[in-house]
Amino acid sequence: MKPTRRDFIKANAVATATAVAGFSPSGSAANLVTDKDLTQLTWSKAPCRFCGTGCSINVATRDNRIVATHGDINSPVNKGLSCVKGYFLSKIMYGKDRLTQPLLRKTNGKYDKNGEFEPVSWDEAFDMMEEKFKKALKEKGPEAIGMFGSGQWTIWEGYAASKLMKAGFRSNNIDPNARHCMASAVGGFMRTFGIDEPMGCYDDMEHADAFVLWGSNMSEMHPILWTRITDRRLSNPHVKVAVLSTFEHRTFELADIPMVFTPQTDLAILNYIANYIIQSGSVNEDFVGKHVNFRLGNDDIGYGLRPEHPLEQKAKNADKAGGSVEMSFDEYAKYVSRYDVEYVSELSGVPENQLVEMAKLYADPKVKVMSLWTMGFNQHTRGVWANNLVYNIHLLTGKISEPGNSPFSLTGQPSACGTAREVGTFSHRLPADMVVKNPEHRKIAEKLWKLPEGIVPGWNGAHAVLQNRKLKDGEINAYWVQVNNNVQAAANLNEETLPGYRNPENFIVVSDAYPTVTAQAADLILPTAMWVEKEGAYGNAERRTQFWHQMVDAPGESTSDLWQLVEFSKRFTTDEVWPADILDANPEYKGKTLYEVLYRNGQVDKFPLSHMDEEYNNTESTDFGFYLQKGLFEEYASFGRGHAHDLGDFDTYHKNRGLRWPVVDGKETLWRFKEGLDPYARPGTGWDFYGKPDGKAVIFALPYEPAAESPDEDYDLWLSTGRVLEHWHSGSMTQRVPELHSAFPNAVCFMHPADAKARKLRRGDEVMVQSRRGEIRTRLETRGRNRVPKGLVFVPWFDATQLINKVTLDATDPLSKETDYKKCAVKVIKA
Amino acid sequence: MNTLSMNFLPVMLVAALILANGSLADDEEQNIATLRGAPINVEVEPPKMADVENKDIKRARNYPMQPPTIPHKVRDYRVDLNSNKCLSCHSRKQTAQSQAPMISVTHYMDREGNFLADVSPRRYFCEQCHVVQTNAPALVESDFKDIDQLLREAQ
Repeated sequence: MKPTRRDFIKANAVATATAVAGFSPSGSAANLVTDKDLTQLTWSKAPCRFCGTGCSINVATRDNRIVATHGDINSPVNKGLSCVKGYFLSKIMYGKDRLTQPLLRKTNGKYDKNGEFEPVSWDEAFDMMEEKFKKALKEKGPEAIGMFGSGQWTIWEGYAASKLMKAGFRSNNIDPNARHCMASAVGGFMRTFGIDEPMGCYDDMEHADAFVLWGSNMSEMHPILWTRITDRRLSNPHVKVAVLSTFEHRTFELADIPMVFTPQTDLAILNYIANYIIQSGSVNEDFVGKHVNFRLGNDDIGYGLRPEHPLEQKAKNADKAGGSVEMSFDEYAKYVSRYDVEYVSELSGVPENQLVEMAKLYADPKVKVMSLWTMGFNQHTRGVWANNLVYNIHLLTGKISEPGNSPFSLTGQPSACGTAREVGTFSHRLPADMVVKNPEHRKIAEKLWKLPEGIVPGWNGAHAVLQNRKLKDGEINAYWVQVNNNVQAAANLNEETLPGYRNPENFIVVSDAYPTVTAQAADLILPTAMWVEKEGAYGNAERRTQFWHQMVDAPGESTSDLWQLVEFSKRFTTDEVWPADILDANPEYKGKTLYEVLYRNGQVDKFPLSHMDEEYNNTESTDFGFYLQKGLFEEYASFGRGHAHDLGDFDTYHKNRGLRWPVVDGKETLWRFKEGLDPYARPGTGWDFYGKPDGKAVIFALPYEPAAESPDEDYDLWLSTGRVLEHWHSGSMTQRVPELHSAFPNAVCFMHPADAKARKLRRGDEVMVQSRRGEIRTRLETRGRNRVPKGLVFVPWFDATQLINKVTLDATDPLSKETDYKKCAVKVIKA
Repeated sequence: MNTLSMNFLPVMLVAALILANGSLADDEEQNIATLRGAPINVEVEPPKMADVENKDIKRARNYPMQPPTIPHKVRDYRVDLNSNKCLSCHSRKQTAQSQAPMISVTHYMDREGNFLADVSPRRYFCEQCHVVQTNAPALVESDFKDIDQLLREAQ
């Protein structure tokens, strides 16, 4: 420590600063404001706008503006803490470039796809949208329109959108950007348990004796949950933390067992642990005998590329990726026996002793283990498999559904669970885990929606990646994007996304608060309210549903996504969009607008404005004349109540800090599937995996298979993309917060110093990161928070000036259709 | 000049800089994507890596709960299972010697709000809330107004 040096710097710095500011260091006495009319702030609660942790935030408003935000001391999630992004939530709405008017591309006063953006009225904007959607519907039918939504939609926005598309326009071409982040987790849950979302909750973090992180940099991506694990680890010296990743990141700072593995070999490591458990006699035979079935899954399932791609042509089971057959425990044991420690250590590059040490944590019946994962597992061409394989380990040992024993899938978006998954905004889903392909499920939806039978179509809609392909191919022609920035997110921008958006046959609408690159690629931009500029609800990763009020009004002519959806529905009549035979059989629906049949159906419009909290504005409800959010929520909740997806009563959520579903008799459920902890687990079962007809979860035998693209002579490095603490997703909010931008202003390419030296590159050099699909120009970083191994580079994707999705490959998991953003082959050269 | 171009003034500045560099081919395309400042299909020279501000001057906060940003370099500061370099100056015990600001009293409280004998482990990783600042210029101006500014405007 050298206080003298520091003192010197400080004295000089203060002198410089005061000289610049133009006042003397002594200054005049500060005038303290004490009048309570001036000092009083209005404080309200809202869940954070960023990741899936779901911290509760206290928001201070005055004169219709946010003036402060901080972590809510009363929330069980974060207990007064917030990460740096959360502390600066106060500023996300105040970028000077907020969109305040609809903008349409025009030339000489008329819409022109190649024209320049000009401000238009909402009427003109909707007129143009109406024309284009009607044209597509009339000429080609419901398959020619599409919508791309978000895990950042509020619950009622996602619900209103799903209803408008699936029941109104009769098109299942609606998907959320959660496809890019959570679809593999959903696939894993459905395949193993038959019901979505984690059985455990964050309370597991105060009970576990060991934490194993599989492809999750929680320190930066879920900082507040990381504070809970750090608290547990440092307060209790017996606790162990194992961290696996393809490169060293900040989460390794807390690791007792730090492991860097070769990309894709996590599949082999997972099977090794299962093998170790069996070989060491650590299988919980009673649990496995009563609660588990074994199945052999189809292998060689392809990589979700376009069907004509050689890799798809070559794959044996590309068209039946989800298939499986029954097998016995002994057959399963034999299947995983090839994954011994020598083979897996050699394949993965992880030392044998570390593999054994980690396996022992799982095998020891006295050690309660929490496994956690996010994008490392999910953005994986075998993402559903990776999810299945980690459940295998917890099921073999019976370490599940009780405090501290918890396989836990973390989420990246604030309502990936609450909206994308629970509401069922995916192209194949309906609310409460139901699917469009099941005629019984469609019938239930039609009945609860008070719509004629046969209205909801039975075909799987286009998922995120397929939507972009169909835009490029001219098969989807009218397209609406809400609450996301897919031109910056979707892989293979040059070859798929951009040609699709700019295809002269297509009309692209983007609703956003800011002019993102997606807005840039659109034809019509709708200025949109964000976060506490509207009443909302999100559901976090531990099944916690949280509400907030509209605290300030949106700027200019901005409106919420919800208002846009419902208002737009007024422009279509059933006669225009529903088949004549259904209308003939149900004449009472003839001549009605979609607004009337979807939102004025006696349910959604059931609650009067007097039910609203008079302390807060509610722009949409006031405009439509009924408490829209409450009506939508209560209708939606009717899908899950009594079916293990029970949500509480609307009004209670405005008062509490959220409840974890199923909420039965007003009581939330912390651990599902365990008798005594979950009201749906039947008496006498012990554990009841009631998502499956026989109450048993499934252990799947699945192999290690290589990545879709690996480094070779021409493209000699792995590329992994990801995030940094200071920015959330595409940076459209956080890059507009001065402090967050300044802290991490631009993306860089992290590279091992030896790899840099071999290429005659130095830190700070301008480099090109190139793949077979595209390139970016960036700067080389050889130190800092990420230490990548030789042969791999890491580039974060928040920076709109460096669109790394030009480089990434649009290979997906054939089961979940989620893109692998963590693995493709690149080369790095001096620019 | 209509309201649109007023809003996008920063973009025009960026675009002008890019043109001065001679690296932007297409000046016909209208750029509204403020944070990008260039057509989607054009790659521009990335700015030089920003320098971390190392002046040791405290920066004003917009509200009392805002975590102070770090006014000095933290390169190679080790914070891990074994040691925490930040606390070697900022913990209660060290501040007399270091004359660095002491971490907030809240940092000694556990989840339930009880004060502990030393820093709470839940506050152990300082950089989850406290970040350095660099000399990188803002991409977009912020219209955020803190409470003092609102009160001044109201008077």
